[in-house]
Amino acid sequence: MKPSKLPGRAGVGLKPQHFTAIVAARQPVGFFEVHAENYMGDGGPLHAQLGRLRQDYALSIHGVGLSIGSMQPLDADHLGRLKRLCDRYEPDSFSEHLAWSSHDGVYLNDLLPLPYNGSTLARVAEHIDLIQTTLSRQILLENPATYLSFAESTIPETVFLAELVQLTGCRLLLDVNNVVVASINQGVSPDTYLKAFPLHCIQEIHIGGHAESVDESGAPLLIDSHGSPVSDPVWRLFEHVIDRVGPVASLVEWDNDVPSWAMLRKEAEAAQKILDRPSKTIAA
Amino acid sequence: MLEIQDAFTRALLERDRPIPPGLTCSNGLRPERRFAIHRDNVVAGLIATLASRFPATQRIVGAPFFVVLARAFIDRHPPRSPVLLEYGKDLPSFVEAFEPARDLPYLADVIRLEAARGRAYHAADMPPLDPQTLAVLPQERLPFIRFDFHPATSMIRSSHPIVTIWAMNADGSKPKPVEPWLAEDAMVSRPTLNVRVHRLPSGGGTFLSLLAAGSPLGDAVEAALSESPNFNLSTNLAFMLGAGVTTAIR
Repeated sequence: MKPSKLPGRAGVGLKPQHFTAIVAARQPVGFFEVHAENYMGDGGPLHAQLGRLRQDYALSIHGVGLSIGSMQPLDADHLGRLKRLCDRYEPDSFSEHLAWSSHDGVYLNDLLPLPYNGSTLARVAEHIDLIQTTLSRQILLENPATYLSFAESTIPETVFLAELVQLTGCRLLLDVNNVVVASINQGVSPDTYLKAFPLHCIQEIHIGGHAESVDESGAPLLIDSHGSPVSDPVWRLFEHVIDRVGPVASLVEWDNDVPSWAMLRKEAEAAQKILDRPSKTIAA
Repeated sequence: MLEIQDAFTRALLERDRPIPPGLTCSNGLRPERRFAIHRDNVVAGLIATLASRFPATQRIVGAPFFVVLARAFIDRHPPRSPVLLEYGKDLPSFVEAFEPARDLPYLADVIRLEAARGRAYHAADMPPLDPQTLAVLPQERLPFIRFDFHPATSMIRSSHPIVTIWAMNADGSKPKPVEPWLAEDAMVSRPTLNVRVHRLPSGGGTFLSLLAAGSPLGDAVEAALSESPNFNLSTNLAFMLGAGVTTAIR
């Protein structure tokens, strides 16, 4: 099983409209990340761009459609497409979400939550095993942005993730924005969540922006939107994590209302600055 | 556990349904508002996908109407694959039967044209046929040759001026009345990396559809001539080679 091996630097999500600006000079980013499903066509400009950038930069492929948290079997066709994509680009890492998005053959186009208990743990572990066997590589699993919880949940999310690492040998992608969104929405402090998180299993970090709303009691309700600069609480938590684990591949996610390349690069440079700071080695 | 995902899915797709049992929220709030975030994500994401695949269509009908159309389409044809590159394949036939779009009889063909552009964008890369291949062929062999079409090529035959309508809604300029209102056949090609849209020369629709179906050149010329007497072979061949719609001859 090939391990995930992204460099411990700041990266950005690749947007086709930035390609010309990106290839104009060597960019100060450690890697690019793409959504697997956008590159499942046979050819054309997107593959031409990715093939070109792959020569010069590390690559992370990030899936949004495997529906790992589904209680139904994984989509074999989709897994096959993913294998072909990984064979084509040999990415340094492949990651997916602890969520489900397909049911009865319908793709629901959202990352949906699942209850955490013994039976879902066994099912998700089975799915990760099958993916890792098919791709012959270790995958990274991302913690979700959640809005709801389930009466049937009996295991905390952080424990559920740690158990999956134990059972399957996968590693974790810590989405700091999702930590902030889910914790605030679930009425707990993001720091409490992070204290319980198996930080030693992190191989990649996502940071990004969220939208702020309020629930019917007037309490804050955060929406994972990836449509704005990295928010202050996310920066603060990111610094805290890096202080504890040292430099880890860290992606600035900005998928909606995509800014100019210059603006996105500035966000990546800000993340790189934090990664470059001398380690404070706070005891975990 | 499967039951939860069954109920969750039904409540996402049928927005009038009550939300599934067993969902909870922090500080004792009702989970309906939280579930609505997922309902919104599903439909907003798919509307955005359709809007980016069909920008000229959205411009023609206006954003509010497009949302109504897209929602109705999504309800009837939710995606069957996590790969959304071709989502909306069924939109042209859906629009033909969509009562509120009845006054726009050309709309389905414009959507077909935009769908063909999307397919071409993601199609396999292949070098187009080298024009020299034909030039060096002995004259007497010409009627018997057949062409392999490029995977990015498609044709849309229409009884409306769809290339004109598409073009004036694709480039951001101010649309003008279309006069005269003539039928146009469109061809989409992508010989290299840029997707191109062409208005076929006279008789080109019949000529190229026969060639695409595997007919030999001689038969295609004959059929094109009998349908449109001003069909011009050299114009059509020059178009085919210039637009890079084929890859090889057999």
